[in-house]
Amino acid sequence: MQVEKFYYDNKIVRNFAYATVVWGAVGMLVGLWIALELVFPGQFPHGMNLEPYFNFGRLRPLHTNAVIFAFVGNGIFMGVYYSLQRLCKARMFSDKLSYIHFWGWQLIIVAAAITLPLGLTNSGEYAELIWPIDVAITIIWVIFGWNMFGTIIKRREKHLYVAIWFYIATFVTVAVLHIVRSGELPYTWLKSYSFYAGVQDALVQWWYGHNAVAFFLTTPYLGLMYYFLPKAANRPVYSYKLSIIHFWALIFLYIWAGPHHLLYTALPNWAQSLGIVFSVMLIFPSWGGMINGLLTLRGAWDRVRDDVILKFMVVAVTAYGMATFEGPMLSLKSVSAVSHYTDWIIAHVHIGALGWNGMLTFGILYWLIPRIFKTDLYSKKIANIHFWLGTLGILFYAVPMYWAGFTQSSMWKQFTEAGQLKYTFLETVTYMKPFYAMRSLGGILYLVGVIFMIYNLFKTVKAGKLVANEAAEAAPLQKEYKTPIGEHWHRRLERRPVQFMVFSLVVILIGGIIELVPTFLIKSNVPTISSVKPYTPLELEGRDIYVREGCYLCHSQMIRPFRSETERYGEYSKAGEFVYDHPFQWGSKRTGPDLAREGTGNLKKTDGWHFRHFREPSSMSEGSVMPSYAFLLRDDLDTSDLPAKIHAMISLGVPYPKGYEQNAMADLDIQAKQISSNLLGDSIRVSPKKEVIALIAYLQRMGTDISKNKTATYNK
Amino acid sequence: MSALFILIGISILVAAIFLMAFLWSVRSGQYDDDYTPSVRMLFDDVPKLPEAEKEKSKPGSKHK
Repeated sequence: MQVEKFYYDNKIVRNFAYATVVWGAVGMLVGLWIALELVFPGQFPHGMNLEPYFNFGRLRPLHTNAVIFAFVGNGIFMGVYYSLQRLCKARMFSDKLSYIHFWGWQLIIVAAAITLPLGLTNSGEYAELIWPIDVAITIIWVIFGWNMFGTIIKRREKHLYVAIWFYIATFVTVAVLHIVRSGELPYTWLKSYSFYAGVQDALVQWWYGHNAVAFFLTTPYLGLMYYFLPKAANRPVYSYKLSIIHFWALIFLYIWAGPHHLLYTALPNWAQSLGIVFSVMLIFPSWGGMINGLLTLRGAWDRVRDDVILKFMVVAVTAYGMATFEGPMLSLKSVSAVSHYTDWIIAHVHIGALGWNGMLTFGILYWLIPRIFKTDLYSKKIANIHFWLGTLGILFYAVPMYWAGFTQSSMWKQFTEAGQLKYTFLETVTYMKPFYAMRSLGGILYLVGVIFMIYNLFKTVKAGKLVANEAAEAAPLQKEYKTPIGEHWHRRLERRPVQFMVFSLVVILIGGIIELVPTFLIKSNVPTISSVKPYTPLELEGRDIYVREGCYLCHSQMIRPFRSETERYGEYSKAGEFVYDHPFQWGSKRTGPDLAREGTGNLKKTDGWHFRHFREPSSMSEGSVMPSYAFLLRDDLDTSDLPAKIHAMISLGVPYPKGYEQNAMADLDIQAKQISSNLLGDSIRVSPKKEVIALIAYLQRMGTDISKNKTATYNK
Repeated sequence: MSALFILIGISILVAAIFLMAFLWSVRSGQYDDDYTPSVRMLFDDVPKLPEAEKEKSKPGSKHK
């Protein structure tokens, strides 16, 4: 058969590679910055916080989003665009789509980098971006899929190499996850409320959140591993059979692991158990991938000594193995009881992000950049320095964080002989400070390594010249079927699996949305505890400030049923308490104490205490790592959206009286004046129009509903 | 907890998509050969030199 000549598009690969490097450095720099904010919690120049835009709560989502979607995201696209063309023996389906995909994705990242410091957030972790950006992500993702499937369809190689399967699974699942998580009701052109409330929102969030780890940080990178590791080692993968088996096992198991983020919370127990079972089973396919990767180097380990690229990849695959061993372990209830809310989890995710994603990305960059620029890597020595800085950086990061997490959890749980909690929360916070400092050192090492890489790659690019269109030859794929006359239409569809898959996905999503919207809008938010009432307008405004400032990133609102928690915080949290919480604010980390019962019991503070605490936290809690929120004392509360907010809440099923949109403002004023006069009694003179008033109102409301009647009565 | 049922429903539908893909891949002979794809992917199809061309067409068929 006549071979066809065609050209691989290397320009798009180069673009994504540059974006990976640049955004990687930015994401890590922001990470280092927020790590230092915990070491130096004051306001600039006394500390690293810079209110309001660069306070911890606003920068932390920027760090996570930049690393996940900008660094790893561009890394995925770089690797996919390089390997997919070669595995399919075809140029990308459309240069135009590639171009739109690239610039669209970068614009989304820029939009995220602007909106997050401005406090525009939806508050679900890794799903913080506001609804217009969510829409843009959907469009760009579809364009990516279109381009990818187009390439697969016009491929010249019949067999779909296992890496391609990983890419397909990534595309399909991320699309579904993103759409379900983005279920939100806009009330202005920037802001929205989640369709889901309380427990439901929490479940949707972590179903999404864990699968973001699974299908954004894991499956695409396994695909990249299956392409670039054999390529770099120049030997076939250890067992191709194993790669196929572990691929199908992995994608069938991964999707239900999410509830392990919610163990011992108000989530129904059976859902927790479901999450545990799937999480534990996951160790098999995960380790299948790790073993397959490492054993690819069997008999060639001497080359790992000399080849810096293989070194990066070996550390990456090892980190993957460690993280996926730890994951199932952390999903056990007894381990979660200790590890949840602590820095242990921070250590765990950084083994994954710095080790698995970071090191694999660096290995791929060192392999790929010289190839598309037809030259040699500028300096193997510098790459080696980078390797050691990176590896040591991971250790210096993870070890102190494991230590810190375990220590803090033990301190939280310790009782004296008299049966009282041994440590105040603040004591456990100040104990963490040396660990936070050591962790920052790890971050610095890792980042310096990346700067070495940037220099090395820059020099490499300078020395070479981009082969924008790389020539290749292959025979076209033979058509296997001749369409029989009078064939059933469905037969034709069956021969087009990819189109069939996309088609069925669309059908499913339409069905899903039709099913979803009415259920959530009306039925599911019926209160189950009669004393739980909707938030007053002022509290609602305060709650939105709480979301805006990212308070949930350091404060949980979910007391687990342990004596060490009920003693410290009060009655454990019930599902029925959260029915009006759009979005939920349970949090996942206790850098500060839980706030679920902040307005009640022995935790209750005066309005004046809160006011002074926001002005300067360390003045009320010596050694606190919380940044100052003095701007809340200066800025006026913007109530212009209040009617729209109330209206949106009513649409979501929150039982405000009919036409309350119009009366809400009057109620807000009354409550604000009340708090303002309380503060005056504490010799604090502040206008009732300030933002801090609303936030105090929200904090004083927290946890009070359920304590109104000692035993919660149920409506049913 | 209607969210649970919707999530389970969607998860099952995603799993169903993957199942379809799996069945298709098995039926269409994607896995008939479970060794040479891992070797063939190592060779890039660089044109130009005639001897290089000879080399690249070999390894795929060698193991059949």
